[in-house]
Amino acid sequence: MKTPQTLPRFSATFDPHSISEIRRAAATGIYDIRGGGAKRKLPNFDDLLFLGASVSRYPLEGYREKCGTDVVLGTRFAKKPIHLKTPVTIAGMSFGALSGPAKESLGRGANAAGTSTTTGDGGMTPEERGHSSILVYQYLPSRYGMNPDDLRKADAIEVVIGQGAKPGGGGMLLGQKISERVAHMRCLPEGIDQRSACRHPDWTGPDDLEIKIAELREITDWEKPIYVKIGATRPYYDVALAVKAGADVIVLDGMQGGTAATQEVFIEHVGIPLLAAIRPAVQSLQDLGMHRKVQLIVSGGIRNGADVAKALALGADAVAIGSAALIAIGDNDPLLEDEYRKLGTTAGAYDDWHEGRDPAGITTQDPELMKRIDPVMAGRRLANYLSVMTMEAQVIARACGKSHLHNLEPEDLVALTVEASAMAKVPLAGTDWIPGQRY
Amino acid sequence: MESINFDLNSTPLREINQYLHGAPETLKGKSVTIANPNGAHNIAVGLKADLEVTIQGHAGYYAAGMNQLAKVSIEGSAGTGVAENMMSGMVHVKGFASNAAGATAQGGLLVIDGDAGLRCGISLKGADIVIGGSVGSFSAFMAQAGNLVILGDAGEALGDSLYEARIFVRGKVHSLGADCEEKPMQEADRKILVDLLEKSGHADISPDSFKLFGSARTLYNFHVDNAGAY
Ligand SMILES: Cc1cc2nc3c(=O)[nH]c(=O)nc-3n(C[C@H](O)[C@H](O)[C@H](O)COP(=O)(O)O)c2cc1C
Repeated sequence: MKTPQTLPRFSATFDPHSISEIRRAAATGIYDIRGGGAKRKLPNFDDLLFLGASVSRYPLEGYREKCGTDVVLGTRFAKKPIHLKTPVTIAGMSFGALSGPAKESLGRGANAAGTSTTTGDGGMTPEERGHSSILVYQYLPSRYGMNPDDLRKADAIEVVIGQGAKPGGGGMLLGQKISERVAHMRCLPEGIDQRSACRHPDWTGPDDLEIKIAELREITDWEKPIYVKIGATRPYYDVALAVKAGADVIVLDGMQGGTAATQEVFIEHVGIPLLAAIRPAVQSLQDLGMHRKVQLIVSGGIRNGADVAKALALGADAVAIGSAALIAIGDNDPLLEDEYRKLGTTAGAYDDWHEGRDPAGITTQDPELMKRIDPVMAGRRLANYLSVMTMEAQVIARACGKSHLHNLEPEDLVALTVEASAMAKVPLAGTDWIPGQRY
Repeated sequence: MESINFDLNSTPLREINQYLHGAPETLKGKSVTIANPNGAHNIAVGLKADLEVTIQGHAGYYAAGMNQLAKVSIEGSAGTGVAENMMSGMVHVKGFASNAAGATAQGGLLVIDGDAGLRCGISLKGADIVIGGSVGSFSAFMAQAGNLVILGDAGEALGDSLYEARIFVRGKVHSLGADCEEKPMQEADRKILVDLLEKSGHADISPDSFKLFGSARTLYNFHVDNAGAY
């Protein structure tokens, strides 16, 4: 008789990805660098549900009864606040990380939707200014391409302290992507790695930040809203300090937030998910009497109108999208599957954006590859997508009986999991239990 | 020359800066004095006209920040980030300067008669800085382009992770940062040094008394064998 064999058993701890990483590290001696955000499963907005109206609440009529979507940013100090038609903005992504035509596509899409785009590390290009009606200018630690003329041309200024993908980390643009133009904008030689500092060169700590923000206001004659962008780590305290330092708007980026290039270990293990970060940020604003006076933009893994509605219901004023906008303009398109295969990956998983060989022509500086993206068509697709997200959020808001997206509130939400309930501070569905709050 | 006199004791900073942001054609050639600065922050920031501004005392943070074209003179000492991200023009500090003097400056000339604190010329992007005294540690950290001339001594980790900027030091260097090394002074370097000494009022000092430091360029592209230096 044959002896029964146990089946080969794979380890849940040493899963195929971990094993392949050990092999890769052993062979190369270098940590893995990639683009995109955290890929592991994290508590997110899918763990929340809206209750909708019934007998105790009544809904608004779809299509007929108005449900506002606009948002005004920068009402605290700026002489010229920004008025957006939709609370979905385009997050900061640098020229350098992205190709010129990709930036143009983002500008065209945002214009059509009545929202803003944002520059990134490396400065503002004239094309970008030209293609974006409302442009937020990032002020980063590296100060690559930082120019007072551009500061004055911007509609708002975003002081970047951190990003959700890498709170506490700087930037990195590997030599392969440093074209002559990118190098020139950053005052560096062509073809060398460009490390972006993780701390600002001329201020440290919240007291200095206050003076720095005052400087930016003085230089721009107090016209422009000043945002402060932070990676989600200790949102309660970081928001309070940013408000104290004089921010008009806080941008809070969760760990799912995309990056152009960062160490995988950083992306997956530093920072907290957006779901866990919004309530402490809002609480901080409320404790200071500043909720809705200092606006809160949140980002990190926003995909659809339901995510937008949930972020707003938890107290945000607007959201920002990076990865989703890139997908809308053609990133990781299955039509390019043959080419992704050649790069050893597959559509939907391609994230070696730092190598500059993006078949979709988006995360590259290769003149041939970037010809593949038609900014008019791509801009149209982004506009469509932004419009769908806005309409989806309206569908939910009307169902909850709200005449404006900003009237959504935590009371409209329940959680599907204990974790989400604890993080979002809304009750577990079908109960009135919020971990850590009652009984 | 037409002279306009402000007094920070009686005129708010906002009003003075707003005046200094007037049409460059109108401001061109004017001379402006600011009395009683008393360490106020953000004096004369964001100037974009070819005029002269004299700050009659000590300035706080970011004095003459992001300067374009203007000649700003600070008769006392300057706080953190004097002339940060300057694009052109000239800023002259007659006293001492605090940390991050001339940080990320892209053009123009910053002259400091006294000492400068930590991180002088950090991330320098093309401007020239001449320091009559000594500089603190981490000066010229990640400096990309431009020239830093130090008549006195330099603190620890000078020129750490340096890119293409030149550092001329007359005194002692406490230590060099990663990837910064002494270089032979070529004729072209010497010319730059002579010119800067002249422009900063140090024409009497011999360029031969300086050593030149630059980037060894070993960290320009990531290599695993250098991991310890990053
Ligand atoms: C290609 C790419 C480049 C980026 N560049 C920057 C940048 O220069 N500055 C910055 O603050 N954030 C940068 N980010 C982060 C985004 O601004 C934003 O925080 C993030 O993409 C939001 O998360 P999401 O991608 O899940 O929407 C970048 C993101 C991507 C995908």
